[in-house]
Amino acid sequence: MFSNPNDPPVLAAFKDSLLVGVIALLIFGPISGIILDGYSFNTHFKTPLILATIVFAGRFAYQMAMLTPWGQKFLERLAFSKGKRSVYVGSPNDHKYLWIILLVLFAAGLILPFYLSKYALTVAILAIIYVLLGLGLNIVVGLAGLLDLGFVAFYAVGAYTFALGSQYIGLGFWTAIPVAAALAAIFGGILGFPVLRMHGDYLAIVTLGFGEIIRLVLNNWTSFTGGPNGAKAAEPTLFGLEFTRTAKTEGHIPFHEFFGTVYNPNTKFIFLYIVVFLMACLMIFFFSRLRSMPMGRAWEALREDEIACRSLGINHVIVKLSAFMMGAMTGGIGGVFFAAQQGGFVNPTSFTFFESALILAIVVLGGMGSTVGVVIAALVLTLLPEVLRDFSDYRVLVFGGLMIFMMLWKPRGFLPIRRPYFSKEGQA
Amino acid sequence: MEFHILGQQLVNGLALGSIYGLIAVGYTMVYGIIGMINFAHGDVYMVSAYITAICIAVLSYFGISSAAFLIIITLIVTMFIVSLYGWSIERIAYKPLRNSPRLAPLISAIGVSLVLQNYVQVSQGAKTQAVPTILPGVFRFGNETDFFQITYIQVLLVVVSFASMALLTYIIQKTSLGRQCRAVQQDPKMAAILGINTDRIISTVFVLGAAMAAIAGVLVTLNYGSFDFSVGFITGVKAFTAAVLGGIGSLPGAMLGGIILGMSESLFSGFVNTDYKDVFAFSLLVLVLIFRPSGLLGKPLVEKV
Repeated sequence: MFSNPNDPPVLAAFKDSLLVGVIALLIFGPISGIILDGYSFNTHFKTPLILATIVFAGRFAYQMAMLTPWGQKFLERLAFSKGKRSVYVGSPNDHKYLWIILLVLFAAGLILPFYLSKYALTVAILAIIYVLLGLGLNIVVGLAGLLDLGFVAFYAVGAYTFALGSQYIGLGFWTAIPVAAALAAIFGGILGFPVLRMHGDYLAIVTLGFGEIIRLVLNNWTSFTGGPNGAKAAEPTLFGLEFTRTAKTEGHIPFHEFFGTVYNPNTKFIFLYIVVFLMACLMIFFFSRLRSMPMGRAWEALREDEIACRSLGINHVIVKLSAFMMGAMTGGIGGVFFAAQQGGFVNPTSFTFFESALILAIVVLGGMGSTVGVVIAALVLTLLPEVLRDFSDYRVLVFGGLMIFMMLWKPRGFLPIRRPYFSKEGQA
Repeated sequence: MEFHILGQQLVNGLALGSIYGLIAVGYTMVYGIIGMINFAHGDVYMVSAYITAICIAVLSYFGISSAAFLIIITLIVTMFIVSLYGWSIERIAYKPLRNSPRLAPLISAIGVSLVLQNYVQVSQGAKTQAVPTILPGVFRFGNETDFFQITYIQVLLVVVSFASMALLTYIIQKTSLGRQCRAVQQDPKMAAILGINTDRIISTVFVLGAAMAAIAGVLVTLNYGSFDFSVGFITGVKAFTAAVLGGIGSLPGAMLGGIILGMSESLFSGFVNTDYKDVFAFSLLVLVLIFRPSGLLGKPLVEKV
């Protein structure tokens, strides 16, 4: 704006940073400098000044670094990745020792709950629920390439199936899992069938609308769902053994009495953890097998080029629908565990768009289509807010900032997708 | 059906619809030019509501009470600052992702939306904010008991939004800038070859969209008087619905979609049920997309191999 091409580089950098700083001041000024108080206001001019100074200093430091060859090299190495290969083809040798690692991780995952506090257990269960959700959405978004912004709807269907089911027809925890999975898949089918003929971005917005419709209905249909007050699900049991101090249902024995041990309030969560952990492992196994089956290959092929697939005789609606329903099913299962983890209590505030965005962020940050990436991203994104709990006011701020930063830094996610391979030579 | 209730709901619907239309313009232009759903747009609108309230509070503090002056200054200041928001958001969060996978800018847009909401919440507090009534006064129609009314603010709202839409349409259709915008929309690569600075045009589109959202923010705040940090999401989604309804990529479509959505939502909440008005709006979206995927005024999408 007011820079001059003849300026020495340092001066040009300074002017540029000053301009950026002024813009930052204008942006931060009104919102964080003038705090509304009824119809009048209080001023806190220090905050925007500090923020603008930080922006100015950061920009200036960046510009100065760009002037030195050392800094250029450093920034290049840090580089925001551009135009790298999008798909890696793995060699079979990569997986030689994989089963040992997997076995160790599996054993560690099973032993872990016995060393955790109750709070840590609930967080761990939630993290694994998000792994499940991430896996489910990964099928829809990562493999089939269908952008679903309303995935939380299926999660809600699952949770409410368990809660309302146990309220109205006495559904137990174990029966709720298949029932919720089936019901969520049916919902997925009902939504998917008319919608899947649509162009990608329209699908995104329709699913977003569907997610909101489910939440609003749950919130407003007070006579059936309990509205904002939520619904209460039954306590989970293991072969009729309850995890409460005294048996709630006639004829049931609490777990600790049956085994003659002392009552431990953690038992229920350890049980839940193990069930959800095994479920997640099962799903990972299931989906990794599915990916190299004709159906999985059809999903990926359809994502890459729909017209070519249709010319080759793949029924695109059925293939997409299968991905959509399978994703929904996984979401529904996640919902049952969520209802159980919440102490059996669910209400519509748990199923906002933010959840959908979080699950989508898990899939995208993990590297779309990559199972390992999704698992890691799910664990990081659910544990991160717990770590940031001390800054609870700024939690979402940091979270959103990280989302932007990660996208700029690695637009293809932590671990970009690997092609499943056919031959021993690793040529696909 | 009682005539005065119908009249009142139509008036409210027109006001609401013009707002949806103004915000929808931002979605439709950005979608048209880079094919991306700008998720942060609703929150840009939310920021503009806050800046409006701040502006009014500051101006009143300096003893300015003339309604016309107050509204004009607020409009100008809000448009300026919110345009800066639109510009910086595009620059920081979307521009570096121009050539990355389609989902990357969407995720960073969701990130921006979260950041904006939380930034406003942290700085201004989570409570609902309000602005004083600046322009009291109503036109009344009907007899003593059965009447419907149009407030001056509603008149202002409809007039200003139609005027700004007309101005925007003029800019896009007749000026050199508008021709460049349309060229980039049709074929960014060819436009770049012909010497159009596509990056600058895309920035301009974001600025124009943000400015329209700013106008909407000012008008809504003056009309309804209260808002909080979370209004952006639901309004944004509905405005996007309006954009899709009218045919995404089409400016008159956005306005038409906005008015249809506003009217039907208002009639639905007036005669059927207020609790389910959002459900109705979304169902409308789903139905339109199923039966007329390219919207009312949009061109059907032809896929080329």
